[in-house]
Amino acid sequence: MIHIRQLHKSYHTEALSLHVLKGLNLDIEAGEYVSVTGASGSGKSTLLNILGILDSYDQGEYHLNGSLIKNLSEREAAVYRNEMIGFVFQSFNLINFKNALENVALPLYYKKVSRKKRNIIAMEHLDKMGLKDWAKHLPNELSGGQKQRVAIARAMISNPKVILADEPTGALDSTTTLEVMDVLTNLNREGITTIIVTHEQSVSDATNRIIHLKDGMIEYETRKNNGVHDMIQSVNF
Amino acid sequence: MFDKDRWQEIWITITHNKSRSVLTAFGVFWGMLMLVLMVGAGNALEEGMTSQIEGFATNSCFFESQRTSLPYKGFRKGRRWDMTNSDLPVIREKVTNMQYLSPVLFARGEGNNVVRGEKNGSYLVKGCYPEYDLIEKSKMLYGRYVNDIDIAEKRKVCVIGERIHEVLFQKDEDPTGKQIRVNGIYFKVIGVARGTSGVSIGGQTAETVVLPFSTMQQAFNMGNIIHFLAATANDGVPVKVVQDKILEILKQQHQIAPDDKEAIFTMNIEEQFKMFNYLGIGIASLIWLVGLGTLIAGAIGVSNIMLVTVRERTKEIGIRRAMGATPRDIIGQILSESVVLTVLAGLTGIVVGVGILRATGIVLSQGDQFFKDPQISFTMAVGSLIILIIIGTFAGYIPAQRAMLIKPVEAISEE
Repeated sequence: MIHIRQLHKSYHTEALSLHVLKGLNLDIEAGEYVSVTGASGSGKSTLLNILGILDSYDQGEYHLNGSLIKNLSEREAAVYRNEMIGFVFQSFNLINFKNALENVALPLYYKKVSRKKRNIIAMEHLDKMGLKDWAKHLPNELSGGQKQRVAIARAMISNPKVILADEPTGALDSTTTLEVMDVLTNLNREGITTIIVTHEQSVSDATNRIIHLKDGMIEYETRKNNGVHDMIQSVNF
Repeated sequence: MFDKDRWQEIWITITHNKSRSVLTAFGVFWGMLMLVLMVGAGNALEEGMTSQIEGFATNSCFFESQRTSLPYKGFRKGRRWDMTNSDLPVIREKVTNMQYLSPVLFARGEGNNVVRGEKNGSYLVKGCYPEYDLIEKSKMLYGRYVNDIDIAEKRKVCVIGERIHEVLFQKDEDPTGKQIRVNGIYFKVIGVARGTSGVSIGGQTAETVVLPFSTMQQAFNMGNIIHFLAATANDGVPVKVVQDKILEILKQQHQIAPDDKEAIFTMNIEEQFKMFNYLGIGIASLIWLVGLGTLIAGAIGVSNIMLVTVRERTKEIGIRRAMGATPRDIIGQILSESVVLTVLAGLTGIVVGVGILRATGIVLSQGDQFFKDPQISFTMAVGSLIILIIIGTFAGYIPAQRAMLIKPVEAISEE
């Protein structure tokens, strides 16, 4: 699903240039459940932005579902994002003047799906998240967990290949964290490739593969065997 | 462009941010309101002015004798003089471009000078030629105006004004053929006149008794003098030409210094009318200048607030971009919002403005003649709509450009 070869990314400002990703290689197969952890500044957010085609990279290659993602125009990038990727953010990023249903339906609006049809589909997804009764509520009338579930419903509505979640539980308490992780785990079980950036161990432990980043490189990774990750050094982070 | 869904999306964005939308749109609303009110008022002023002069020959000029201001040919300055009957054939012969010429006499009797039986009133008496009716047009409610035979035979007939008819006669009573006493002498009424113009020489037509000029000279022992002279120029000839020629002749006839500017009072309606026109054009230009200025200020306001708004909406736009909105979608959205807001605000301005003008028009319809029927034309309304769409597009352009440059990642990293 995702194949990354020798990925380099630097940020340049007038004063200094920062080499964030230093020749990263990564392969993620369809249906994998992956978390990316690392200290702040390790490049995990940058990696996620590149994976989500929200940012460009300098060198290397990035193939998403067989297509080379390189030097895309804004328009092409928008189409890929719309069709391939569902985003879940730490701060939910719901549009505050749109109700839950409208928020969930938004990606379909940009896919030119008719209002009636997309509202029906959005309602199905909300129902799946157990939020049918909250469809007409604005985001600020929802709890954190509910907001994140709305955001997940929105990420799912365009049937993406990959779910990219950036600290999806960062703004939630431990109970809701479990709740949201259950939702994400269930989605993964339905076959969607899921990549979560997080620094919470409880979150990364829920995934099947943990990638540890350090200074723009993969330091090591662990895979779950019989429900347990075989290396637990990541406690230090 | 005409995708219903897209307009719904824009409508939701606008209506779900009511105070922001109202603030954005207020400048344009106000600009349009001002423009409509001012244009309406300007039109009313022009309409009022035009209706004043309507029915009055605009190609006319007038002359009246005054004291001389320069000594000439042995005459001292400050001499009184009068125009006389003998001037008329000279003028007719020498002024080739003249259309109509009418001498006029005025008389106002002591007290109630116009009498019929028990009823009476104090009115202006004016002696005229038939041509006078072609210069200051009147509408005949009964009978006819003075004619050439009245002049030639010095008939004792008169045309009375509408108001005099009301005072001296029963309502709907045909006065023609009836005798009335004017300044002590009986005249037969031949017609009732109503003025068609707000402008009239000497006094209002409705309160004037018109006698044949020749009859008036003889009946009231006025000799051969003329109080006032009215003339019009042929079509296509500037009144100034006729006016100058008549002035020259009058000065020759009455031993007045050619450069005496005060001996003859003269007025050229065409030039007055031109001045009216220029005044009208001046007022209209000023109105449009100020109105469009206000409107543009409003548009700049829209642009400014939208710019701020775009900044404020960085996150929303970033989310939209992450959800698959193309830069074109974003530009389209911001531009459409700008146009919708501008047009809505502008239309509200037009509607409120027209409403105020209507109300004012109803209040004014009874009174003031110089301010008549304030209204704006349909063409102007449609034109404004087009202007609004253009303004809205321009106002939205810079904010849209700015919005397009927002990268989804910026929006999302912003906490």
